[in-house]
Amino acid sequence: MLLIFAQKNSMKIIFETWSWYVSGFLIGLIMLALTYFGKSFGMSSNLRSLCSMTGLGKRVAFFDFDWKAQRWNLVVVLGAMLGGFVAVHFMSDASNVAINPKTIAQLAQLGIEAPNGKLMPDALFGIAIVTSPKAIFILLIGGMLIGFGSRYAGGCTSGHAISGLSNLQIPSLKAVIGFFIGGLIMAHFLLPLLVN
Amino acid sequence: MKNILKYLLVGFVFGIVLTKSEAVSWYRIYEMFQFQSFHMYGIIGVAIFTGVIGIQIIKRNNIKDIKGNAIAIPDKEKGSARYWIGGIIFGLGWALVGSCPGPIFILLGAGFWTVLIVLFGALLGTYLYGLLKSKLPH
Repeated sequence: MLLIFAQKNSMKIIFETWSWYVSGFLIGLIMLALTYFGKSFGMSSNLRSLCSMTGLGKRVAFFDFDWKAQRWNLVVVLGAMLGGFVAVHFMSDASNVAINPKTIAQLAQLGIEAPNGKLMPDALFGIAIVTSPKAIFILLIGGMLIGFGSRYAGGCTSGHAISGLSNLQIPSLKAVIGFFIGGLIMAHFLLPLLVN
Repeated sequence: MKNILKYLLVGFVFGIVLTKSEAVSWYRIYEMFQFQSFHMYGIIGVAIFTGVIGIQIIKRNNIKDIKGNAIAIPDKEKGSARYWIGGIIFGLGWALVGSCPGPIFILLGAGFWTVLIVLFGALLGTYLYGLLKSKLPH
């Protein structure tokens, strides 16, 4: 009886949305693990490494650095991709992404469908968007802002919000406040214009 | 080999946690910026709380890293312009496509192929920064 109960519970843990406190704690531990390995937690620097790998260093000084010393971080990326694959294909069910009904109603007005267990809206990320120049433009511009902004600010959510703030860095606090200023402007004013 | 495996494992756990917490979801980021859920704020808050405690423990006890070297966490460069302007630009992108650099890779691994466009954009943006770096206020 107990065994069945334990099994049912463990199945639940696998498929349901993980709570913010367990997830936040684990993300903190991941940052600390990399610190213990003598490295630092930061994902956006991989974008610079990927640029350097293509040989851009010969033409642009910013990419002329020893990216091979950053290979460990590319291995973290590879692991993260595998983790994403396993979590989406073997650890998901229809109860996931249960966002606020108010959010769903708001999204419907923008023509974006409810999640129904999906991580990403088809309206923006479905494979059908590849025939829509506007949809491609949105993803491309979004990516460019992320790449440009994170390098300009010297880090992203992982490097500044988690690593930097954990080490009580004032520059990281400025960057994170900037992230939210930009995010709020986009979510409240620009996104409705772009999507409609 | 063992060296590589530990990074692969950390990345693997990172990918699972970010997916299972739905921090990789465009919907969750949108919901966060609409202040319609505590979920994302809770994740970020607890991660920072755990990090602050952990870093303080490391610093106060002079804990050595895995190779026995002192753990020295470099301070971020002083400055303002780059953090405010770069931060705002990043935030605009974060809220538009709902993913930061980590999730871009995680979502690609999970098979959301259109995120390749986001990755291409992010590489292009990184390249543009590299080109313009000397002309920008930092």
